[in-house]
This record gives sequence, C-alpha cells and structure tokens, in this order.
Amino acid sequence: MAVLASVALLAIDHQSHRLNPLRASLSFLIDPLKYLVDLPSTLITQTSNSVNSYVELKKEVERLREEQFIHQTKLLKFAALEKENIRLRALLENSFKLGEQVLVAELLSINMAPFEHIVLVNKGTRFGVHPQQPVLDANGVVGQVVRALPLSSEIMLITDPNHAIPVQVNRNGLLTIAVGSGQLNRLVLPYLPNNADIQPGDLLITSGLGGTFPQGYPVAVVDEFTRQPNKSFAKITATPKAQLDRNRELLIVWSKSTPIPLTSPQTANEQKIENHADQ
Amino acid sequence: MNKKSKTMQINSHYGFWRIILTLLLAMSLRIAPWPHPLADINPDWVLLSLIYWSLAIPERVGIFHAWTFGLLTDVLTGRLFGQYALAYSLVIYLCLKLHKRLRQYPIIQQGLFIFFCLLLSQLLLFLIKNFQHPAQLQATFWLPVFSGTLFWPMVYTTLRFVRLARRSK
Repeated sequence: MAVLASVALLAIDHQSHRLNPLRASLSFLIDPLKYLVDLPSTLITQTSNSVNSYVELKKEVERLREEQFIHQTKLLKFAALEKENIRLRALLENSFKLGEQVLVAELLSINMAPFEHIVLVNKGTRFGVHPQQPVLDANGVVGQVVRALPLSSEIMLITDPNHAIPVQVNRNGLLTIAVGSGQLNRLVLPYLPNNADIQPGDLLITSGLGGTFPQGYPVAVVDEFTRQPNKSFAKITATPKAQLDRNRELLIVWSKSTPIPLTSPQTANEQKIENHADQ
Repeated sequence: MNKKSKTMQINSHYGFWRIILTLLLAMSLRIAPWPHPLADINPDWVLLSLIYWSLAIPERVGIFHAWTFGLLTDVLTGRLFGQYALAYSLVIYLCLKLHKRLRQYPIIQQGLFIFFCLLLSQLLLFLIKNFQHPAQLQATFWLPVFSGTLFWPMVYTTLRFVRLARRSK
C-alpha cells in the first residue's frame, strides 16, 4: 500500500507540478521546524550585535556613510550613461530591458541536502517569490529560486553541479555557459575552444540569454585557462564574485520580461533610479 | 477497572506525544547546520528513531508513521515527493517483520541489521535520484550509513530512556 502510494507520488511529482499545493500545505507544518533550527544562530548574531561597543558602531556608521557617498556619486554618472545608452539603442532601433525590483531575503542556516548546493531563505510565495527568479548579493549572482513554498523558498547556487548559467566575457562579449563544479569557490567553463579569447582576470557577466538572469550582472572572475591540445575544448575555471559561503542577506530580483518602449525613455529612466534608491 | 483503563488511555496519549516529539527532534537534527566535515557524516536521524520505535512498540508505530514522516522529510529536505516515504516504509516493514528476533539480538548483531537498513534506504534514494537525472556523487554520499550504524547504540539508549521514563510515571 505505502509502496504503491509513494511510487505514485514519485511519478506524479516527477511529471508535473500538480502536487505543489500539497507540498505547500505540508510545508506549513514543517516550516516552523526550519525556523526553530535557525533560531540559535540568529540569536547569536543578534546578541553579538547588541553587545558591540559604541566606538565600533560609530566606526561602522562612518564607513558606511563614506561608502554611501561614493556610491551616490557613481549613481549620478550612471543616470547620464543610462540615458545615453537608451538614446544609442534607439538609433539602432533596438529594445532595451531595464527596471528591476528586488526583495531582501535572509538565509536560514540549515542544511537541507548535504550533496547539493541548495539553500533556504525566509521569503516565500507570500512575498510573491516564484521559481526561476534570479538571486543576487552585493557582489554578484548567487543562484536562482528552484522552489517557492509559502513561508520559505529554496535557492540553487550557481556552483551546484546541476546548475548552468549563460555568461559573457565583459572585455569582448564572448558568449559561453558557466557550469557549477560542486565546490563553493569554483565554476567551470567547459564549452570554449582552445583558441578562445579569454584570459585569467576576465570578468564574466550574465548575458541575459535564456531569459532567467537579467543581463549585465557580474558572475565570476576567470582564474585559470589551460589549453588542452589533444581535446577540442579548453579547461577554464572561474571564481564566483558572490560570497556564497559568507553572506546572510540575499536579493531576490524581479526582472521585467517585457522591454520598455523606446518612446518614453524618460519614465523608464526615472523608474530605474527609483529602484536603485530603494536598494 | 474504569480508573485503570482511563490512566492507560492517558498513558498511551502521552506516549504518542513522546514519539512525535522525538521524531521532530530527529528531523531538526537532520537539517541542523553542522560545520562542513560533520555535515557529511550527519546520519539519517529520522530513520534511526523510526526503527527504534517500530522495534520497541510495533503495535503503535508502523508503516503509517514511517510513510507520514517520510513524506514530511521529503518536504523538509525539498526532495521529490515520496522518496523518503518509500524508503522509510520499506525499511520499517522489514523491522516489523523481524522485530521479535531483533529484540533478542546483542547490540552488535542489531548494529549489523541497522547497517543494512540504512544501506537499503540510501540505495533507494540513490536509485530514485539517478532515475530523475544521472547523478554525480562523491563517495561521501555513503558515509551517513556508517555513521548511522555507529550512532545506533546512542539512539537506542536515549530513546529507551525516553520510553521507560514514560512507563514509570
């Protein structure tokens, strides 16, 4: 009986998404447990925050203020550049995608599947999170949402062996795919020929192909390029820009799937700046 | 007579909560954020405690419990629905079949049986995973089987303590 039931469940869940409501309702039972397990580490960070000394806090505020100032000045120029970019694209009669919304989600420190790079965050479908949304941190791309439950959602990191992300070399626009290696500090680029124009130190950014990840976010830095004369592809590894093992705060991104019409670049521009201010 | 049956009822109800609580504790141990080398050997606590309860009180903990908690573990670890349910219910079926014999065994022989139970469950999980998509696995995938066998005496004594503490009240 139980075996038949489980096999049926396995088959249905593998074929379709029809069991998602059941999973969602069971997750209401289970999610409190996840938060309970996360509680000790949250308490530790909170107490360590509350016993920080006044001097340290003041130092940090000063540092953050400086950073904010620098970023603000950079943004001033960014607005002008963006306008110029839209104008140039209008000349080429090209559409331009922009305007992204973000949601800050916090990592729950629990270990779900020890052999996969999947983490859990504390925002779920109640906040409008849905599968295949890209997830970033302050330094680069972290991964994508693979399953959204009502109170939490599961995120596959870009270093998971089953994950691949379309990237391009920032220096020359060379397109390729970065595949996870199973190690937290390494990505592999298995599909580039031996004569590819790529060198250690090159920044890889998302190419926007495939539609999951918005274009232009930093993903990784190439750190090794070995030619393999007897094989058709070179051996290239890269280090992710995002701090996958350290960050507790992640950004879940809503990218607009429809391009913004070129007839009103002004409003699009304003929207982008607003969104950045929100961040 | 009436009074006695009433206390027995309360007792059984009490025992029910004990079982649920130990299983929930096992589930939280399952997802606890161990530091890296420990995370690889984190055994399947839920299965270990299910095995204990099915050996100790087979009339109360059976395949239904195994299947339900397997399903909950699926949700907990975000796996395909039913894979832990399948593995757990098969293992618990074996335990129920053999519980009279197993109770007589010394702890080492019991440990051998537990080893095969854990191996069976891990094999089933591996098969299902491979069925989904060809899986790349490190050898560490099999470590929880060994560590689970080593942890069995500890689980056994702890849960026995929990169960007998209930009886004495």
